[in-house]
Amino acid sequence: MSRRYDSRTTIFSPEGRLYQVEYAMEAIGNAGSAIGILSKDGVVLIGEKKVTSKLLQTSTSSEKMYKIDDHVACAVAGIMSDANILINTARVQAQRYTFMYQEPMPVEQLVQSLCDTKQGYTQFGGLRPFGVSFLFAGWDKNHGFQLYMSDPSGNYGGWKAAAVGANNQAAQSILKQDYKEDATREEAVELALKVLSKTMDSTSLTSEKLELAEVFLTPSGSVKYHLHSPDSLTKLLLKHGVTQPAAESS
Amino acid sequence: MECVFGLVGKGFAIVAADTSAVHSILLHKNNEDKIMLLDSHKLVAASGEPGDRVQFTEYVQKNVSLYKFRNGIPLTTAAAANFTRGELATALRKNPYSVNILIAGYDEECGASLYYIDYIATLHKVDKGAFGYGSYFSLSTMDRHYREDMSVEEAIELVDKCILEIRSRLVVAPPNFVIKIVDKDGARDYAWRQSVQDVTTAAV
Repeated sequence: MSRRYDSRTTIFSPEGRLYQVEYAMEAIGNAGSAIGILSKDGVVLIGEKKVTSKLLQTSTSSEKMYKIDDHVACAVAGIMSDANILINTARVQAQRYTFMYQEPMPVEQLVQSLCDTKQGYTQFGGLRPFGVSFLFAGWDKNHGFQLYMSDPSGNYGGWKAAAVGANNQAAQSILKQDYKEDATREEAVELALKVLSKTMDSTSLTSEKLELAEVFLTPSGSVKYHLHSPDSLTKLLLKHGVTQPAAESS
Repeated sequence: MECVFGLVGKGFAIVAADTSAVHSILLHKNNEDKIMLLDSHKLVAASGEPGDRVQFTEYVQKNVSLYKFRNGIPLTTAAAANFTRGELATALRKNPYSVNILIAGYDEECGASLYYIDYIATLHKVDKGAFGYGSYFSLSTMDRHYREDMSVEEAIELVDKCILEIRSRLVVAPPNFVIKIVDKDGARDYAWRQSVQDVTTAAV
């Protein structure tokens, strides 16, 4: 590890690494995890909340889940203030597209556009990269339901199931084993809850520690983003049998 | 003087434009093609200031291509029309383009469509539209004879009626027209209607 190549984001180390980008990913590895799962009738996003207090006004603020446009939402892992900037950027990009073409922005193009912004912070300007990883969930008429994961380097990929944040590698390997291609949205929710319960550090899973959102089509054909209320979450946790304290923390 | 008009039929759209390139009292050429292929399934017929016409339509065409290369999917006709309108609107209060445009296209989801975009960035989705002095005649003729879901033959008959009306009633009527069609198989030339051919050698 060569410390003298750390401080400037815009230079390579002799081994060909960008340390600031890697450190950003390190920061995200300590943040609350988020998991996304693609099903045939929707996308499920679930996040672990790090700020839990009964004083928190949950009806007006969301820590993990954000709506970017009517047809795209995202889950966030990392530095919240950085995330807010990028979410705003994504929202502006989506509206700019709709202003120009009078159509919703295809999901991949939105992700690509945001990632181009993130990449800029790894190459010029002398500013540090954003310490955020995103899971984008959306629907468009070209490719139907889609899930994308992006990281501070500006790389992104389309996924069937993905995890970011703390213990994401453990979550990713459980997803690899248990993910089923033709799962329904309900089954995806169940899988998401189960995976998160196994990988979360805390001893018990309650609705205060989670945020769950689904992106799906209403019968009339429009895209709906639904963030579950705490009551709905509690019911789901009971239904799928994951409210018991986890046997061991991962 | 420049005549551009078009209409939508059953599963296709047709546009016709005169082919005269005029500079004051001089006719430069009478086989100037004013209908450009925007992409495989879109046509743009333009009339107006010659420099602006070519500059602007080529600019739109290249942007439509760029979108396809960047994103792997073509723009829909509606999206291309709205983009075009947006560019005219942005330029309007600085350096306006003096170009009137009819965009005809075919999309799988919604079939054939026609968009009327004038030089001050008015956008309308229409079944039939026309620009120029010729519009006084072609629009009236189309209003009289147009029906929904016309066949190609019926539509061409109507186009020819319009051309006849323009030729017989407009004082400086352009002699030649080009007709192009777009349907599920793409955009292509349909026919030329020429009453005057270019004279290549002087009569002796």
